[in-house]
Amino acid sequence: MIEVKDLIPVFADVLENENIILELSTTADHVEGWDSLNHIYLVVGIEKKFKVKFTTQEIQSWKNVGDIINNLNRKTGAL
Amino acid sequence: MQEVKIAVLGNYATQFTCKSIEKAFKKKGCKAILYNAEFNAIDFEIIDENSGLYKFEPSYLLWHESTLGLRDLFYQTSVNDRSCFAKNYIEKIETYIGRIRQILPNTVILFPNHGLIFNDNIFGNFAAKVDSSWFFQVVKLNALVNEVSVRNDSFYVFDSVNQELYGRHTDYSQVVNAELHFTPPYLDWLAESIAKFVLTISGKFKKCVILDLDNTLWGGIIGDDGLEGIQIGSLGIGKAFTRFQKWLKELKNRGVVLAVCSKNNLEVAQQPFRSHSDMILSLDDIAVFIANWDSKADNINTIREILNIGFDSMVFLDDNPAERDIVRKHLPDVEVPEMPEDPAEYVPFLIAQNIFETSSYSTNDSERTQQYQIEAQRVEMSKSITDMSVFLTSLNMRAEVRSFRKEDVDRVAQLTQRSNQFNLRTIRYTSSEINSMIENKEYCTFCVEVNDKFGSYGLISVGIIKLLGGGVAFIDTWIMSCRVLKRTVEHYLMNTIVGYLKEKKIEKLEGEYLSTIKNSLVENLLDELGMEKTNEDKYELYLDKHVKLKTYINL
Repeated sequence: MIEVKDLIPVFADVLENENIILELSTTADHVEGWDSLNHIYLVVGIEKKFKVKFTTQEIQSWKNVGDIINNLNRKTGAL
Repeated sequence: MQEVKIAVLGNYATQFTCKSIEKAFKKKGCKAILYNAEFNAIDFEIIDENSGLYKFEPSYLLWHESTLGLRDLFYQTSVNDRSCFAKNYIEKIETYIGRIRQILPNTVILFPNHGLIFNDNIFGNFAAKVDSSWFFQVVKLNALVNEVSVRNDSFYVFDSVNQELYGRHTDYSQVVNAELHFTPPYLDWLAESIAKFVLTISGKFKKCVILDLDNTLWGGIIGDDGLEGIQIGSLGIGKAFTRFQKWLKELKNRGVVLAVCSKNNLEVAQQPFRSHSDMILSLDDIAVFIANWDSKADNINTIREILNIGFDSMVFLDDNPAERDIVRKHLPDVEVPEMPEDPAEYVPFLIAQNIFETSSYSTNDSERTQQYQIEAQRVEMSKSITDMSVFLTSLNMRAEVRSFRKEDVDRVAQLTQRSNQFNLRTIRYTSSEINSMIENKEYCTFCVEVNDKFGSYGLISVGIIKLLGGGVAFIDTWIMSCRVLKRTVEHYLMNTIVGYLKEKKIEKLEGEYLSTIKNSLVENLLDELGMEKTNEDKYELYLDKHVKLKTYINL
């Protein structure tokens, strides 16, 4: 089961912020530096770390960090 | 830190490209200052003279069109016009190049080709018979764009294919979501090849390969296995080494100098070169041959002294990880690739590294090895003669000085890009800039060819004098190949320049020494040429005070 804490290293790396705080309800608006450009790097980073490939619709459907987690767990078969 | 201004134009979202370029230059110790045009604004930026591109005045323009975007354009073209698609596209590119030249005459344009093509399979493999098919047109376009590069000096076509990332250069989900047509790893690779190329233009590139022998140039150990036992040609895995030697020979023919550095007895080490019928490389291909039992780091230093080049322009190839390590530790500037264990992989590995990037080529290059060998003979002779003036007289040197001609342009530009040591101001010029000086009345240009009884040195010195008006001239550029150091060529050229300027009614010549890490050799050049220091690095000479300098060169 993938949890928020598993995503933090990817976010910390891409956004260059060691102390980043993420919750299920966090959205891009809440996080400094999470713009459309870094969003792509985040997708690439998450795909690499969890060895998954998201579809175009999946990426577009995300509203917050919780959506990413759910999506990941569906992909990896944990949900 | 060296700063480089780069503008990026693309038909896709290029923000990532800019980030990758920044990273790649930082890795090489440079700072890239970027101008990223709006998405899909190529036409506007080039046509409008007030565009951000022209205000930015970049040294380099990356003009990057994704093949995916090009294919969209092709599909929008009416079927009747499709058989002219490549031709029309090329005409547009050439018009645009002309437009950019008008406003930014010195900007170097980098154009990744459409090498990432793929058959859209509308016609399947029948496409080659249908000139209105996408596959037919894009293959043709790649050939035509190379011809554009031949016609336009500062337009460079880039290879867009990376074998390792093949099939992973595009993520179609990112194309739809973000108009990002290339994956970040692909863009990192492209940016690194751009950074390498830009540094090549500014003079940092590889001039010499130093080769180990046993298990590098042939399989086995010549000292143990003997002439019949080493693997080259048909014996054992000899084919791998044959192919490697053929590749090295191609490099040598391009002008990269080959040297040998081996732990061996000289006679034993040279035996295969002399008597093995399957050897591709001969002793004539090797500019400096060192075989002894000293440390390789010391020997590489000797090679460097003979060739008179920097450690950072040398590459060391050895199958032995311990030797590679020692060289890396002692000579950190020498590039030491981590050669694969399997000799069959040597060539593909080195090809993928693209170590020998170059920004110029002239036929003079292919004679370089021979020139270094002649130089080695001269060194031998000078050892036996202690009186320098007797030696110089005995060389029987003759020179020809002339203004740049069309056929000199490439070689002159190359000297400005290559020379680091005997280079007064280290101003780099492209071929098109040199070419434009020929017609420009503000410039007096000089190039010198020298030969002596051993052979020709080719075109080895360049002087560019800028007329400032009011009877004053300025030494913009003074370069000499280190092959002719201490031959009084600089005295000869100074006498010629002064004579020429006097005829033009010039009264005063001004000069300046711009110091770099590598050009301390010419720190005192202007003093030696009889010019007077006015302050720090500035000099002047009233031409009527010029005293003819002693030279051993005859007309």
